[in-house]
Amino acid sequence: MKELLMIAIGSALVNNVVLSQFLGICPFIGVSKKIDTAAGMGGAVIFVMTIASFCTSLIYKFILVPTGFEYLQTIVFILVIAALVQFVEMFLKKAMPPLYRALGVYLPLITTNCAVLGVALTNVQKEYGILTSVVNGFATAVGFTIAIVILAGVREKTEYNDIPESFQGTPIVLLTAALMSIAFFGFSGII
Amino acid sequence: MNKYVERLYNGIIKENPTFVMMLGMCPTLAVTTSAINAIGMGLSTTVVLILSNMLISMLRKIIPDSVRMPAFIVVVASFVTMVQFLLQGFIPSLYDSLGLYIPLIVVNCIILGRAESYASKNPVLLSMCDGIGMGLGFTFGLTCIGIVRELIGAGKIFGLQLMPSGYEPVTIFILAPGAFLVLAFIVAGRNKIIKTLEKKGKEVPKQTGGCAEGGCASCSGCDKKVFPTGQEG
Repeated sequence: MKELLMIAIGSALVNNVVLSQFLGICPFIGVSKKIDTAAGMGGAVIFVMTIASFCTSLIYKFILVPTGFEYLQTIVFILVIAALVQFVEMFLKKAMPPLYRALGVYLPLITTNCAVLGVALTNVQKEYGILTSVVNGFATAVGFTIAIVILAGVREKTEYNDIPESFQGTPIVLLTAALMSIAFFGFSGII
Repeated sequence: MNKYVERLYNGIIKENPTFVMMLGMCPTLAVTTSAINAIGMGLSTTVVLILSNMLISMLRKIIPDSVRMPAFIVVVASFVTMVQFLLQGFIPSLYDSLGLYIPLIVVNCIILGRAESYASKNPVLLSMCDGIGMGLGFTFGLTCIGIVRELIGAGKIFGLQLMPSGYEPVTIFILAPGAFLVLAFIVAGRNKIIKTLEKKGKEVPKQTGGCAEGGCASCSGCDKKVFPTGQEG
């Protein structure tokens, strides 16, 4: 239990997926204009990443390892994730329309989000078991959500600031991300 | 200009993936802690890009349109796996320092983007040149960023001490925040140059899909192109 908690804190805060591992930079910059949409994206990522961690570690443990096809992990994982996102979308549409309305538009955006594949590969690399993988996936996604919601909050505040012309748009967002990244170094002491 | 040379010029300068198109930002930020890592990542991506461009171009009349994206992904993923094993076998030090980012070449927007927008429509040799051009352009971009970060953050370039011995390295530049800082200034400089060019009335290559611009056009741009109707073939 303590170990799981350590892994969770480690992936959510200390090794934050966006701010220290640089995975999922595109949605981080692209979908962080408003807190609402950022939170929606975060929710969708939490949902997909948790399920994807579960599925990929299941497939790795019970199909790839027994058959000796571990080296196919990259190919298998990306196809599984792509198929999974489609499946989740269809399932939500039928079974849980309110949740679909909240997350639906973000789901297709996640397919090639490198963070999802990154987590699946990290789980294998660190030889996590199935439960640990799910916890790690969930925590990583929570870390993504924290980062993107904070960034969206900052961007809402700075929207009407007087920024030098060439720094408007992406550069100022990257500078904000740099400051957030420095701030997240503060967490490195807790583990 | 010879059309093969034109492809190379297009990839390295005119549509440089890092500085002009702003594609593949995740590896750009992650592996540029030193110039040597940046070159390693750039060249690995180049190899994958050339091979996948060639194969996809060869198969362009065979792959049915509706399943082209999954097919491209499988092709790219196979080459990435090969490159991964080659690196592991022959350059283990680079393999260790790039780590997770080698398999993640699969989701690099540049590769799928070139497959979709160029290789699937053009003959093999041209696609190969396009791959070489884009790959070298990417390598060039990464190396520039890597040199800046390594020089300021460690006082070295390619491991050679360049700064005088009294220089106190600004370590933050080789840590995570440094990546964002350097990229922010590069994008700002790029915006400035584009503004100046536009004022002079010169034609500026349009950004067709950058991570940085609206709605994460590149990673999601891949998505939008990958699964246009939300259906994956």
